[in-house]
Amino acid sequence: MRFIFKTRYEQDIRLAKHGGQVFWYSVLMAVMLLAPWIVSEYWLAQVTFILIYAVVGLGLMLLSGFTGQFSLGHAAFLGVGAYTQAALTNAGVPFPLALVAAAGISALVGVIVGLPALRLKGIYLGIATLAFGFIVEEVFARWESVTGGNAGKHVKDPSLFGWTVESGEPFYYLCLVITVLATLAILNLLRSPTGRAFVAIRDSEISAQSMGIHLARFKTMSFAISAALAGVGGALYAHKLKFISPDQFGVLQSIDLILMIVIGGLGSVHGAFLGAIFLITMPQAIALAKDYLPDAIALAPGLQGVVYGSVLIAFVLFEPLGLYGRWLKFRTWFQLFPFYRRGMFKRQKSFQKSERLK
Amino acid sequence: MQLLQIIISGIAQGCIYGLIALGFVLIYKATETVNFAQGELMMLGAFCGLALMTVLGFPFWLAVLSAIAAMALFGIGLERVVIRPILGQPAFSVVMLTIGIGYVTRGLITMIPTIGTETHTLPVPYKDQAWTVGALVLNVEQMVVIAATALLSALLYAMFRFTKLGIAMQASSQNQLAAYYMGIPVKRLNGLVWGLAAAVAAVAGLLLAPITFVHANMGFIGLKAFPAAVVGGFGSLPGAIVGGLVIGLVEALAGFYLPEGFKDIAAYVVVLVMLVVRPNGLFGEKLRKKV
Repeated sequence: MRFIFKTRYEQDIRLAKHGGQVFWYSVLMAVMLLAPWIVSEYWLAQVTFILIYAVVGLGLMLLSGFTGQFSLGHAAFLGVGAYTQAALTNAGVPFPLALVAAAGISALVGVIVGLPALRLKGIYLGIATLAFGFIVEEVFARWESVTGGNAGKHVKDPSLFGWTVESGEPFYYLCLVITVLATLAILNLLRSPTGRAFVAIRDSEISAQSMGIHLARFKTMSFAISAALAGVGGALYAHKLKFISPDQFGVLQSIDLILMIVIGGLGSVHGAFLGAIFLITMPQAIALAKDYLPDAIALAPGLQGVVYGSVLIAFVLFEPLGLYGRWLKFRTWFQLFPFYRRGMFKRQKSFQKSERLK
Repeated sequence: MQLLQIIISGIAQGCIYGLIALGFVLIYKATETVNFAQGELMMLGAFCGLALMTVLGFPFWLAVLSAIAAMALFGIGLERVVIRPILGQPAFSVVMLTIGIGYVTRGLITMIPTIGTETHTLPVPYKDQAWTVGALVLNVEQMVVIAATALLSALLYAMFRFTKLGIAMQASSQNQLAAYYMGIPVKRLNGLVWGLAAAVAAVAGLLLAPITFVHANMGFIGLKAFPAAVVGGFGSLPGAIVGGLVIGLVEALAGFYLPEGFKDIAAYVVVLVMLVVRPNGLFGEKLRKKV
């Protein structure tokens, strides 16, 4: 068991709570830095994808997991970032400038979506973002002078101060740096008054408002930051794939992103990473398992959907805190051994009262 | 004349949207959650009818009735097995759950050898017939859709207005706890609502099947029924049908008058405008939330 004696108030908001965290995150960082020498080229590409999706996931986690706003159109922000990056990079703009522009334009679009969303709650917001996602996808397909339409668009390698970042190891390091920066930014944001305001809005809008939180401003801000991170992720995604087309940013991608953070664990930064790992490694695991399945199942185009769907159902039914929640329970069991109780993480049930007739 | 033709086909398409939206609204009213798998239930209903007609060789009417009954049972079973265990959890959980159900259903259908991955036509007795009224050519398939929707709406209206069951459903949709105190079996009622929604979905599937085709991805039309439900006001049954008609008409007219591409997004533009102008929809109750 570990006891943390708090002697100073700053300890409450410190990023690393104790020496164990410093040690384990350093180990993780070292492994990530050495990854190109540890894993094969193919798996390095997968790890790069995990990092990219983790950046997008962090954005969506901030919006859905911490501010409690439900977005079913996040792939649209991803797409805005990707197309901005593609257009600017192909026009010869250096990578950092293009990335900032991608994030900025995505954030701007996020604000535009956020504005009507201020009046909406719950499922209405979900439908508004869904509708917005469809419209943006159609714009990508029709605005052929910029996006290349349904034929798609090729993206050049990023150039950084006159040096072209090639795909493979250099690009992996680029993604790693951006992911670490994004994670630190989110962690810092969450311990700041702004982040606390987001969490307060999630838990109860009315009490947040009566504590002096300007709902409209903070909701719009959450949308903007979330969209900006999705835009950064989209920019990296465009460079990684080198070819983008509108159907990559459709409603299925949006649902995949939501699925990612729910399976990872809503309301935790770890969840974005765990969800990204799940989302990227699952197709590989399915491909491996195909050899052992009968043909009718293995060759069905819907196999991946069945697996994703059943995992999602299983998580909602049995582990609503997601992968991170499972890990928390596991860790708590060891930390408190032998005092762990079964009811420790139990959710409270409530009768539903209509929000319409209160 | 051409305009009238377009309006009629828009109404027929709108009826389908309306029927799917009806399923959303039924479940939303009763349980305050949204069933994202409604489109997939519709697809399942169509496949069910197809299997009964072609594999088992049922006559048309028997096949239709048994498909609807089978889907109603499926809906009740679905509620019992996966929805009821998380009763009382945040609405977001149920939404994720139904998204998961949609994925699984769509995937499982494609796993049925040779049937699941193909597109099929439903052999209905009124296939490819047309009535000519003056210069107007009325497609019988579309007429059947409109008539069936009107009939079903009347039946549902009568049920909610006059039967004990319908009134109990209304009560439980307004306040579950109070309904429970009044001796209404809320849990069983929720199951019945899911069954009803699945049966309505099956009707929509069977009506849509002759117009398009039966295939695993036909459930995606459910995504267009969301705008219909919102335009009508998410908690209103007649609103769902009217919303569906609005969306269907706008779509048909946009396809005719506006440049290519607008037809696909017309529904979403309408819903965004609606959400900004009147978030409660055309028929939604205007209510304030109290602390």
